[in-house]
Amino acid sequence: MTTLFEKDDGNAGLEELEAAIRKSQIRLRMRERASSILSPLAAIVALIAIWEILTRLFDVPPYLIPRPGLVALALSEHFELIMKESWVTTTEIMLGYALSILVGVPLALAIFLWPPFARAIYPLLVSSQAMPKVAVAPLLIVWFGFGLLPKVLIAFLIAFFPIVINTVVGLAAIEQEKILLARSMGMGGTATFFKIRLPNALPSIFGGLKISITLAVVGAVVGEFVGGNGGLGYQLMVANGSMDTPLLFAGLIALTVLGIVFFMLVEIVERLCVRHRSMGTGGARESM
Amino acid sequence: MQEQARRQEAAYLSIGQVSKVYATRDGTVRALDRISIEQKRGEFLAIVGPSGCGKSTLLMIAAGLARASSGSVVVDGRNIAAPRTDIGIVFQSPVLLEWRSALSNIMLQAEARSLDRSAAEARAHELLQSVGLDGFADKYPQELSGGMRQRVSICRALVHQPPHLLMDEPFGALDALTRDQLVLDMQSLCRERNMSVLFVTHSIAEAVFLSDRVVVMTPRPGRIDEVIDIDLPRPRTLAMRETPAFAHYSRRILDVFLARGVLREH
Repeated sequence: MTTLFEKDDGNAGLEELEAAIRKSQIRLRMRERASSILSPLAAIVALIAIWEILTRLFDVPPYLIPRPGLVALALSEHFELIMKESWVTTTEIMLGYALSILVGVPLALAIFLWPPFARAIYPLLVSSQAMPKVAVAPLLIVWFGFGLLPKVLIAFLIAFFPIVINTVVGLAAIEQEKILLARSMGMGGTATFFKIRLPNALPSIFGGLKISITLAVVGAVVGEFVGGNGGLGYQLMVANGSMDTPLLFAGLIALTVLGIVFFMLVEIVERLCVRHRSMGTGGARESM
Repeated sequence: MQEQARRQEAAYLSIGQVSKVYATRDGTVRALDRISIEQKRGEFLAIVGPSGCGKSTLLMIAAGLARASSGSVVVDGRNIAAPRTDIGIVFQSPVLLEWRSALSNIMLQAEARSLDRSAAEARAHELLQSVGLDGFADKYPQELSGGMRQRVSICRALVHQPPHLLMDEPFGALDALTRDQLVLDMQSLCRERNMSVLFVTHSIAEAVFLSDRVVVMTPRPGRIDEVIDIDLPRPRTLAMRETPAFAHYSRRILDVFLARGVLREH
């Protein structure tokens, strides 16, 4: 008979307990990881199943809501066309987004570093956002024709604003002590900016970049709607005109996938640039 | 003997008639009212007072990081009009850069001053070891506890071997046990270096434990009420806090706060 207070046994028991806890911890983590992939997958499958059942149950005509099977058929039938048009839209998005960054970040720097400029440009900046871009699109078509340029410009006009705002906010939001510390180290303005203020602003800047990429997708499609001769937005209009609703759905799916891929690309770059920051959870351990 | 020699030396830091007046919406506020303090070389000087008495403002002025409305700050015979770079500074929060590891945060000091990298790194490791953080050099701030972060911040303030260390309530945000440990760490760090320390705190025990001299400040307007020499042998131990001599010094500071209405006994 053993008692709880036997010294050697007690220690051995603890080690066993630790091993068991470690094992269950690993199992828990694996289950969580699996569920983070399986749960959204299950939701999508369920959604498609409900879609299929409801359209069959109520006998919805395909020109209103096509069954998932028909959409899949349209996707595979028009695969080459969809890929071709996707590439056109992709080019517009990438150029528009690149332009947003190339203009947005320097503009934000100027606003942050030079208050009179900030006061002068701010009303213009806000009115550029208050103005509906869809209404400007026809004007851009008149000016620049039906080609690539007007779509790039519309994507840029919609996408650059969050980059500017988030960059300015990120640069301004810094603990005053970090700046005082830099001064006590004899750091000059340039060194302080590049070593402290800019890296400090990165999470906020990436917040803006992530909003902007989704807006750039919207901008490119709006441009194609208004005056396009190619791209997924143009294809949607054509499908709509010929009442080819399955193709319309296929185009929508392609656009969604495009948006998700772009967003994930930005997230990957963010993860590479912004490391070792507590993202709200798993932060400070208890004080030692 | 040594004590006497130190006393005769001229002041290292001399704050003369410093006032700080803030303009607010309902008129002006006198944060500091004609403060004069002299700190000798190698002296550990604590400024103790309740929050709002202007002690942190005074420290910022001594660091050259804030401007006095009137009065002068003289260090080693030089008048201070710009941020001082001959100091190490520790704030109440650790102020670590989240994207740099503990070691890299300390090395920021060396990078900013273009110090010899390998020598500075050796000193950084030595400092980390002396505050019980060996093995944590490559950890990032959010992997460290509050006390560990503040220790890294102290290492950063010492890695360039400054003649003057300024600390603004450095242990204020930590739990009691961690504070005790850090106070002990501070004492041994100071013993190994010939360094003057200006230490702002609201803890009477901390001030008495660490200091050669304690300046007691009271608020509205921020004023110096008393300066008390702490004549306790070094190294001081935690048990010494229970001795009559220690209690006597604590009592004197407490009496100032009671007399000035900072504390009220019902």
